Amino acid sequence: MSTAPGPGLRPPEDRLDLAWITDKAVQVLMFIGGISAIIFILGIFAFIMREGLSFVFDRFDFLEFFASIRWAPTSNKNPTYGALALIVGTASVTGVAMLVAIPFSLGAAVYISEFASGKTRETLKVLVEMLAAIPSVVWGFIGLTIMNGLIIDLFDVPIGLNVLNAGIILGLMAAPIMTTIAEDALKAVPDRFREAAEAMGATKWQMIRQVIIPAARNGLVSAVLLGVGRGFGETMAVLMASGHAINIPDSVFDSVRALTATIAAELGETAVGSDHYGALFALGLFLFLVTFAINLTADLVVRGIRKQ
Amino acid sequence: MTLRTNTIALIALFLMAGCGRPEGSGRIVIENKGSDTLVNVAQAWAEEYQTVNPNLAVAVTGGGSGTGIAALINGTVDIANASRQIKDSEMAQARANGQEPVEHVVGFDALAIFIHNDNPLDEISLTQLAEIYGEDGTFESWPQLNVEVPGCRDQEIIRVSRQNNSGTYAYFRGTVLGDGDFKLGSRDMHGSKDVVDLVHATACAIGYSGLAYANDEVKMPCVSDGTSCVTPSVEAAIDGSYPIARPLFMYTNGQPTGAVKEYLDWILSDVGQCIIKAKGYAPATTVTCDAPSA
Repeated sequence: MSTAPGPGLRPPEDRLDLAWITDKAVQVLMFIGGISAIIFILGIFAFIMREGLSFVFDRFDFLEFFASIRWAPTSNKNPTYGALALIVGTASVTGVAMLVAIPFSLGAAVYISEFASGKTRETLKVLVEMLAAIPSVVWGFIGLTIMNGLIIDLFDVPIGLNVLNAGIILGLMAAPIMTTIAEDALKAVPDRFREAAEAMGATKWQMIRQVIIPAARNGLVSAVLLGVGRGFGETMAVLMASGHAINIPDSVFDSVRALTATIAAELGETAVGSDHYGALFALGLFLFLVTFAINLTADLVVRGIRKQ
Repeated sequence: MTLRTNTIALIALFLMAGCGRPEGSGRIVIENKGSDTLVNVAQAWAEEYQTVNPNLAVAVTGGGSGTGIAALINGTVDIANASRQIKDSEMAQARANGQEPVEHVVGFDALAIFIHNDNPLDEISLTQLAEIYGEDGTFESWPQLNVEVPGCRDQEIIRVSRQNNSGTYAYFRGTVLGDGDFKLGSRDMHGSKDVVDLVHATACAIGYSGLAYANDEVKMPCVSDGTSCVTPSVEAAIDGSYPIARPLFMYTNGQPTGAVKEYLDWILSDVGQCIIKAKGYAPATTVTCDAPSA
């Protein structure tokens, strides 16, 4: 929290020398940089609204969109735009991803923050960040080639491109960012908490479970929420690993299709302005609102800590 | 790569301000637009033709068969590419505009049915395919086709299909499903090669793709239209005996003359036909080619 420059920090007179010009120029540049994110967000939102709204008003059938699984936008006889299977697909993959990512990332965060020290800790942090740098298409490729065969062999199921495959891949993709945020939250717990716990004779595990984790709760929750947001928005890896089949899954071994993957697979060859095009933007709009809500919640939760 | 070449061709076109007409410099530009199925082949022809006639540039753009034919109707292209035949309505529109589209078959695309190598199925009929893939179809398991697939859990048929705006998808729907809809729940792959790869990895799977994507790791049953069962091959695609093969077309306005005629003749020559073969399609004429290098 920097305070606005008081009068004392300004040059005594508005002298038009180089320093003054540089100062003003940098201020303007920083301002543009600062508000650009807002401008882009609003611009993207306006664009999606513009492309999707005509569909939402003219063709949109609320019941069909949210209650029908029949996504058949290119049908010659009876085009329908039921997104239920896509929503369930995205939700199920994200759910499995969180089951994978939460233990991994929280465990890693606790270890890095509370147990590791010195070189181990630095190496681990770098490795976790490197994991975040693996492109999603590479993850998708691993899902498509390695995991597919592995799941078929291990679980004796007909096809390995399914919720489990996409969920594991997505969980591993979301884990690094969740680890980093969770570790920040644990680090933010003041050392006096630890010292007090130790003074009371608590073991390390008692201290972590009863003092550190409750104190860092908000940060940990927001780490999980950001992971969920990442899962909802991920496209390429899910497209490749989920099987891309319109289906309400009965188990984790069923193929599904995600909202993002549907947009990615279909938008490129859709006639601009058609109902199909509008429907894809309606999916985009829905996705945007959901991720926005998740990120906003995460942000509010983090703000919760600061107020304490 | 395609995009870049496209851009270069387009720039060349703009610089010359005019299409299909000889310019002062002696260079000629042929405008070629349409089918995305054919766009890679059309691009390869255009590039290769530079070595044959450096004074002629072919500007190739995709956009789909409909786009190409529309451009031909409006008289803005010299050659329209199409992976389907021109519709009667389009023909009437063209005539009303004073154009006379002439059809040239430049190659064939045979759709092969792919199953896992362990699958004992040797032949499949179009009716069976419709039962498997169609919205009203009832086939869900391999025993309904009188086979037992080793290694396939529950004997469930895993349907592998294409994304819903693919030309292959549309052709399959039109020919096999009689324009009906696909049964939901198929694994919709984003490319022909992905279909073959998934079928290779999945004992229960069945898929369809261009014959060009066939390899030893998957099996192709013969396809019957109710009378005889034909194994997919380039020859069967050419002579029309294979029930799910589609011709690939180029349309010109009136019988081609001059540079356009020379270009089309070259496309139908052994050199041109070997290029389409190397790109994975059946040539329109019988040719013997060196090992494809594409």
